[in-house]
Amino acid sequence: MMRYAPWKIVLTLAATLMAILICVPSMIGPDNRAKLAQFLPSWLPPNSIVLGLDLQGGAHLLYEVDRADVIRTMVGNLRDDLRRELREEKIPISGGVGMSARGVQVRIPNAEERARITPKLYNLVRLSTGPGGSGLDVVDSGDGLLKLTLTDAAINNKIARAVEQTIEVLNRRVNGLGTTEPNIQREGSDRILVEVPGLKDTDRLKDIVGTTAKLEFRLVAEPGYNPGDVDMLDQTDQPGQLPVEKQVMVQGEDLTDAQPGFDQRTGEPVVNFRFNIRGGQKFGQVTSANVGRPFAIVLDNKVISAPRILGPITGGSGQISGRFTVEQANNLAILLRAGALPAKLTIVEERTVGPGLGQDSIDAGKRAAYLAAALVLTYMLVTYGVFGVFANLALMIHISFIFAALVLLRATLTLPGIAGIVLTIGMAVDSNVLIYERIREESHAGRSLISALDAGFKRAFATIVDSNVTMFVVAAILYFLGSGPVRGFAVSLALGILTTIVTAVTMTRMMIALWYRHARPTRLPI
Amino acid sequence: MKLLRLAPENTKFPFMRFRRVSYPFSAVLSVIAVVLFLVVGMNFGIDFSGGTMMEVKAKSGHADLSYIRDLSSHLGLGDLEVQGFGTPADASIRFGMQPGGDAAQQAAVEKVKQALGGTYDFRAISVVGPRVSSELVQQGTLGVVISILAVLAYLWFRFEWQFALAAITATMHDLLLTVGFFSITQLEFNTTSIAAILTIVGYSLNETVVVLDRIRENMRKYKKMPTDDLIDLSINAVLPRTLMTATTVFLALLSLVVLGGHVIQSFSLAMMWGIFVATYSSVFICSPTLIYLGLRNELRAASDEVTGVGGKTGARPLSGV
Repeated sequence: MMRYAPWKIVLTLAATLMAILICVPSMIGPDNRAKLAQFLPSWLPPNSIVLGLDLQGGAHLLYEVDRADVIRTMVGNLRDDLRRELREEKIPISGGVGMSARGVQVRIPNAEERARITPKLYNLVRLSTGPGGSGLDVVDSGDGLLKLTLTDAAINNKIARAVEQTIEVLNRRVNGLGTTEPNIQREGSDRILVEVPGLKDTDRLKDIVGTTAKLEFRLVAEPGYNPGDVDMLDQTDQPGQLPVEKQVMVQGEDLTDAQPGFDQRTGEPVVNFRFNIRGGQKFGQVTSANVGRPFAIVLDNKVISAPRILGPITGGSGQISGRFTVEQANNLAILLRAGALPAKLTIVEERTVGPGLGQDSIDAGKRAAYLAAALVLTYMLVTYGVFGVFANLALMIHISFIFAALVLLRATLTLPGIAGIVLTIGMAVDSNVLIYERIREESHAGRSLISALDAGFKRAFATIVDSNVTMFVVAAILYFLGSGPVRGFAVSLALGILTTIVTAVTMTRMMIALWYRHARPTRLPI
Repeated sequence: MKLLRLAPENTKFPFMRFRRVSYPFSAVLSVIAVVLFLVVGMNFGIDFSGGTMMEVKAKSGHADLSYIRDLSSHLGLGDLEVQGFGTPADASIRFGMQPGGDAAQQAAVEKVKQALGGTYDFRAISVVGPRVSSELVQQGTLGVVISILAVLAYLWFRFEWQFALAAITATMHDLLLTVGFFSITQLEFNTTSIAAILTIVGYSLNETVVVLDRIRENMRKYKKMPTDDLIDLSINAVLPRTLMTATTVFLALLSLVVLGGHVIQSFSLAMMWGIFVATYSSVFICSPTLIYLGLRNELRAASDEVTGVGGKTGARPLSGV
């Protein structure tokens, strides 16, 4: 055991050097990092360690697509589609189309017409072509009453698509905020995780993300309206409600661009927008036909403003004013450019850490790590003397290995992750302790020095593997079940366990071998 | 250089004789832990109970805790806990789940922000809604259960059944006492506490495996020795290592408790307790269990000789002595 080929020693040294080099960019701060990048060879990864949101500060918001809202929209659409279908087929109904929690119902008194329309009704919501591909159950519950109910599959399908669309829209919105490296991803079936590091103003993020931003241009109803055709909507710039026609003239979908700006006359912040061709034509038609009437600009069922149509607007562009602040105008422009959300979002979990607290946590973690290292290194030194020096060297290499592995794997370092590393400082030397104590025992049992060293390493190895397997299992389970910070802890712990076997066993052994060859000791120094 | 030794050389403590004290002692402690858990209960953090946790720092440098406490009655937030920590400017505010689902939690946060926004900086805000908290409870429970099963499977595969059962007994003991620790100290119990508990489970097994490994090895070596003496011999042999490792880990955790900041303090404290308990149980609980389970070295040795079964790995016969 006590002879090592030179190439093995060189390889070990190279690996250690490499690990230290990989750690360097993380240790020196962003400014120096840029300077350093010029001197380092290009094959060396210039990455610094990825810090979790709890360390660098930022917002972690878990949103859920409002299932009830999605179903409501689906039922509304189904009602409109059913009406259109009946109109096209010229089938008379008695009463209106009724809505229930999960579907609609309609009474068609004529049995023959009922039979003719029923197969077509299945096509109103389709999941796939062919029989059985409908997302509707149609039940004839007697007395001419047809009940159309949305299936679970249809609802889940819709929610899945809503989640996809929402992620697209949110990406555009959050990028509009100009933050760095936001992470927007699906979680489970109906949730979306929004993580934005290093953000100071989370309220603005919440406003930008949480607003549905459904924009509609609708006419304000004239006196003597039929209450059934009108929605009474709140106004944002003044108290009281406004009767607004249910029929939508132009929708936000028909916008191609929206930019914040200032009104040329009043200097008030406004949002300038442009319609696409279809929207422009429709808007032109409606404004031509309704000169003199006020029209309402409705955002998420609230009237932002209701200007009077002074003349036909055919240029395909316009302006929204609504007593905005500059920031409100900016936000609205971002929202309109990004498009509306297909469904309402609710925050189900929020974890926000300010950059100040994050920095405090990093500092606290560092101080704890230094103290732990100082205590353990000293303790090992006074207990094992020269062997303690070997263990300490191995420990330092071990820590640089953990960091290097974190950098290379692009794993996230969290505060519990730092705690995991500090814990590993205490545990890493366990392997050395097992080996050294075993060597002592073998030596006391009467073995020669070289034989005791040999036996110590061999015998302790099985125990080291055994005892580390249990820790590793625990770390793996924590990784798969934990989230965020806890996951960071699991990663540090698992990496710590893996590297301890390399450093504590292989490297210490090598050091002792070299020491044995050069110092020619006659008795065990521990 | 004179080197430091925690354990004296060649100890011969009759550990097994203590089992008549340690076993009932631990049994009583375990029962107390369970009773405490059931009667007093743990101080569940917002991860598991839902609600809001805020950390604020007074711009003036001095947090007015009683003023913040009064917010509860002004804003109608129900139970509002306010604590100072760290510097006099720091305070934490915690309130429970607001009735009315996820949206109501956000509304409550807004109210507090408006009330304190002018004079305090909000350094951290966590809001856990009703559904997420119940999912976290499920996940946490699942984590603990799966860990124990995985470890059980490993032990089953790795050791004879008495050893596996002894290890599990010791681990359960540590688990119970840690739960008791959380109940008695009322340290906040959240997802990182689950991580602490699982780490304690891992460490406890680590300790136990080291002791059991040595017992097994010695069973091959000293086939005629009575079980009591053999276990004592084994524990005394690994005692220096046990004390040494417990000390280094303790030192690392002590650093975390003292300097690691308040965010992970409960995590570090629980772990420190766990290390202590795990070290104790690996010596005083695990090994006596082997005897109570009827492990008889003398008989086993005899049957080994007859059948010539060598046993599993880790128990190589001593060659080259």
